[in-house]
Amino acid sequence: MTEGNWSAVLSKLKETFGDAIVATHSDFGDDTAVVRRERIVEICTFLRDDPELLFDLAMDLTGVDYLGEEPRFEVVYHLYSLEKKHRVRIKARVPEEDPSIDSVIPVWIGMDWFEREAYDMYGIVFRGHPNLKRILMYESFVGHPLRKDYPKAKRQPTIGPEE
Amino acid sequence: MAELEARRTVSGKLDMQAEPMVLNIGPSHPATHATLRFVAELDGEKILKLVPEFGYLHRCFEKESENATWTQVFSYTDRLNYVSPLMNNVGYAMAVEKLCGIEVTERCKYIRVLVSEFSRIIDHMVCVGTNMVDLGALTNFWYFWKPREEVYFKLIEPLTGTRLTTAYTRIGGVTGDLTDGWVETARAVIKDSILPMIKDVNALLTKNRIFIDRTIGAGPITAKEAIARGFTGPCLRAAGVPFDLRKDQPYLVYDRFDFDIPIGEQGDTCDRYMVRMEEMRQSVRIIEQALDTLPGGPANVDDPRFVLPDKTLVYGNIEALMNHFKFIMEGIQVPAGEVYSATEAANGELGFYIVSKGGGGPYKIKVRPPCFPLFQGMPHLCEGQMIADLIAVLGSVNIIAGELDR
Repeated sequence: MTEGNWSAVLSKLKETFGDAIVATHSDFGDDTAVVRRERIVEICTFLRDDPELLFDLAMDLTGVDYLGEEPRFEVVYHLYSLEKKHRVRIKARVPEEDPSIDSVIPVWIGMDWFEREAYDMYGIVFRGHPNLKRILMYESFVGHPLRKDYPKAKRQPTIGPEE
Repeated sequence: MAELEARRTVSGKLDMQAEPMVLNIGPSHPATHATLRFVAELDGEKILKLVPEFGYLHRCFEKESENATWTQVFSYTDRLNYVSPLMNNVGYAMAVEKLCGIEVTERCKYIRVLVSEFSRIIDHMVCVGTNMVDLGALTNFWYFWKPREEVYFKLIEPLTGTRLTTAYTRIGGVTGDLTDGWVETARAVIKDSILPMIKDVNALLTKNRIFIDRTIGAGPITAKEAIARGFTGPCLRAAGVPFDLRKDQPYLVYDRFDFDIPIGEQGDTCDRYMVRMEEMRQSVRIIEQALDTLPGGPANVDDPRFVLPDKTLVYGNIEALMNHFKFIMEGIQVPAGEVYSATEAANGELGFYIVSKGGGGPYKIKVRPPCFPLFQGMPHLCEGQMIADLIAVLGSVNIIAGELDR
């Protein structure tokens, strides 16, 4: 993580939230802030509503499994502002023993399915999500396929129509 | 049952409006064009509740990518939006190049713009054409199919060797420079096929009373709702938001071309059609300008770290042979880091979030498929509307299950 060359978005975030912003960097030109997971909804609401930031379009949400690191999982948000034409990446680390984070559906309703996909693929639980169930895999699928310890060649029984 | 009995009217007939009916549409249904499924709760013909389901085409794109080399992933990207695979190739190549810090050559940028815009035209043709078939207007489909075939046969096949699974771009360039006479053929295809096609379909549809009555008000969305739901591309522009990455965050050489971003007002099926038709004309404008100003020079960067050595060297000298071997077996060595790179694909923002830990393959690749939020918005577009409008709306938002399910 390189220091210096702070963008306006990151310095504003650090100014407002102080300790809740764990780390920031702008590697490869992508402004990134690692935040504490407890305050994700508060930070996202601020990002959406602050007149200088206005991140109204939530583009993407995904999980990453850093197996062997502590905390193990990371939830990554990519945001865009239609008016300011800038982007930011927000990340929050989530530990393996309690892989949960608050849902940001109250902030951007479009994040609903993205959260379901992250749950399906990584087993990250989004607290407060109204319908947190599998989205790409089927209900009886066991495990979370994008976890690094899920074997690529593992087979599970094919299923017929649900009863 | 007793409750139902109590609802019998005086004549002894059951009031059909009493209980909502649950109708299953798909996963294999002619109007879904892919394996999608809806469960609709109906009151007569009105949709009370709509639950979209997908995942039938899930091919583990991300898991496979994590076990592939950087170059092998190109073949997987073809299968995302299989109607415009070249745009996925370009999007992925740009993401990896951002990570490597490669600036591709001027000629390469122009070639990528050309293939992207031809793909956009094809994608819109397929979308509008099949949408009209669903609504009973088969003729437009044939009007669209001929120029589409011309583009495939005369332009894409000579360039990539295939029709759909193109895998045309490479990190630092493309698999092959434009073939001899490609520029002239491209001009001819635009003049003789694409422009007449746009004119014909325009004449058939744009002022057609039946078409207008059928599509106006079908599946509308306001700008505010569309933004909150993460819509991008023609569906967001149809709602009146002039957001297009080619203008807002220009990549490749889009800032050098003069073109307009069409927008709609109501965000309904008619507006989405109008936006797509106009975008085809704008793409033609971009292609014409790019053909006029196409620079010479090499198509690939001159950097042995990223581009395969010349075949004559591979067969004639041991260093080049070893380099070639390591390229294929171990993959291109990409620095550690994470990037998000977005391009304006035919359906909206196509984003690639890539995490690299260094080495020959990606640690993680997440695709942000433009269809995903659009399909999520289907209940919002359709609830309260007629069941027949579901088919019209589904075609007009252009759901491509390949990129939806990955």
